[in-house]
Amino acid sequence: MLDSVLVANRGEIARRVLRTARRMGIRTVAVYSDADADLPYVREADQAVRIGPAQPARSYLDAAAIIEAAGRTGAAAVHPGYGFLAENADFARQVIAAGLTWVGPDPAAIEEMGDKVRARNLMERTGVPVSPGSREPLTDVAAAIAEADRIGFPVMVKAAAGGGGIGMGVAASHADLRAAFETARSRAERFFGSPEILLERYVQRARHVEVQILGLADGRVLALGERDCSVQRRHQKVAEETPSPGVSAALREQMLAAAVRAGEAVGYQGAGTVECLVDTDAGSFVFLEMNTRLQVEHPVTELVTGIDLVEQQFLIAAGEPPSFDPAAVSSTGHALELRVYAEDPVRFLPGPGTITQWDEPSGEGIRVDAGYQAGNTVTPFYDPLLAKLCVHAADRSRALERAAEAVAAFAIAGPKTNLLFHAELLASPEFVSGDYDTSLVSRLRPG
Amino acid sequence: MAEVRAEMVANVWKVVAAEGDHVDDGDTLVILESMKMEIPVLAESAGTVATLHVAEGDVVQEGDLIAEIS
Repeated sequence: MLDSVLVANRGEIARRVLRTARRMGIRTVAVYSDADADLPYVREADQAVRIGPAQPARSYLDAAAIIEAAGRTGAAAVHPGYGFLAENADFARQVIAAGLTWVGPDPAAIEEMGDKVRARNLMERTGVPVSPGSREPLTDVAAAIAEADRIGFPVMVKAAAGGGGIGMGVAASHADLRAAFETARSRAERFFGSPEILLERYVQRARHVEVQILGLADGRVLALGERDCSVQRRHQKVAEETPSPGVSAALREQMLAAAVRAGEAVGYQGAGTVECLVDTDAGSFVFLEMNTRLQVEHPVTELVTGIDLVEQQFLIAAGEPPSFDPAAVSSTGHALELRVYAEDPVRFLPGPGTITQWDEPSGEGIRVDAGYQAGNTVTPFYDPLLAKLCVHAADRSRALERAAEAVAAFAIAGPKTNLLFHAELLASPEFVSGDYDTSLVSRLRPG
Repeated sequence: MAEVRAEMVANVWKVVAAEGDHVDDGDTLVILESMKMEIPVLAESAGTVATLHVAEGDVVQEGDLIAEIS
């Protein structure tokens, strides 16, 4: 087993990974920027190393500083969390070249799936359904227009190397496409260092449903159920649930089988997520992309399966079998995750600030993965995720009730928060009905 | 003189307007960046940019003066 690990991340996910490592008796090393020196995860690690100033490029994205910190503290492994360097194949290679264990898939699998166009082409060859879309990356607007005419409008415009909804836009006409293409290209260049664009046919009434996979050390790939991530603002997730209320047993079976094929196609090891779009009218699905790391919303899967995914990541990285019997995985009840963001609940604009009050809900079926506590300052340098409020109950209606109570009991003062939005979401007839799609938030917030 | 102030703590990512420029209501003056989001700061009236109080790379606090339009 690994005897020590450096977690190359911050906030709630660093804290969550450190918690499992500690439980497994693995010595823990945290890294932090000047902006994060006072956060709980820094204090909870056995050792903490400052890696640079607040700017991500000079701290959490500084591969050399992180590997140097691992060397200095004698850490045997690196867990990347999500975001930052988690899907950077070069970083994974540098970690391995430094003689450390990379807690993640093979760098070649990261690379294969990181290029969204290549990933789509591979999935198509593997027999996983994809929507009509570009088979080559696009860099000029004339080629994009020709391609969109071939695919058929409306189209979704996105960065080929990107993720996180950054720069994504829908275009229904040539004029729309010109504007969306320019926006996507400049954001792609800035955030992902590549201007390449991918077009896909846009599905009007779609749910965003993803499958958790786990590639075991012996080569088998398991699918551990799905998560519905259709509650989104600016193409970014705000709330997730499992099981998906919009997926029938037959569709679930097809999606899980396709996700396993996707993982097998790249020899996937460790925790990964196959994201799909479900066409609610047609009852069919297409592959969107694969995230080659632990997913933000992994706790809902943990709550219904009882499996600690981070523990499995460590075991797989060490070449060991999982802690559970792969033939006896079952799912119990219903789980929800609400992302508590430092943003106003109406326009969803960022609202960083110093936390003067932080009172978390607790009790049966409630799990809070928080990155902050009272006295911390939420700075503008990183994403707005403060905490993930997760609930588990016997069925969906009881889970919704429990979530509403937990939201009401969560008191945060200082930064702006979207807790009021969550209260509204949990009371909205459309969400409560379970029959919703990715446009739900825009219907709750028209204009 | 109309004052344009920052709505939140942010980094100044881009300064779009220059002192002396004529702007219309709704024109972008600067683009802030906070929590991985770009937030355009717009002119709320037509006029001339009299003074710009920020430069690219600056950190602004909520309520800080960004520009004055006359």
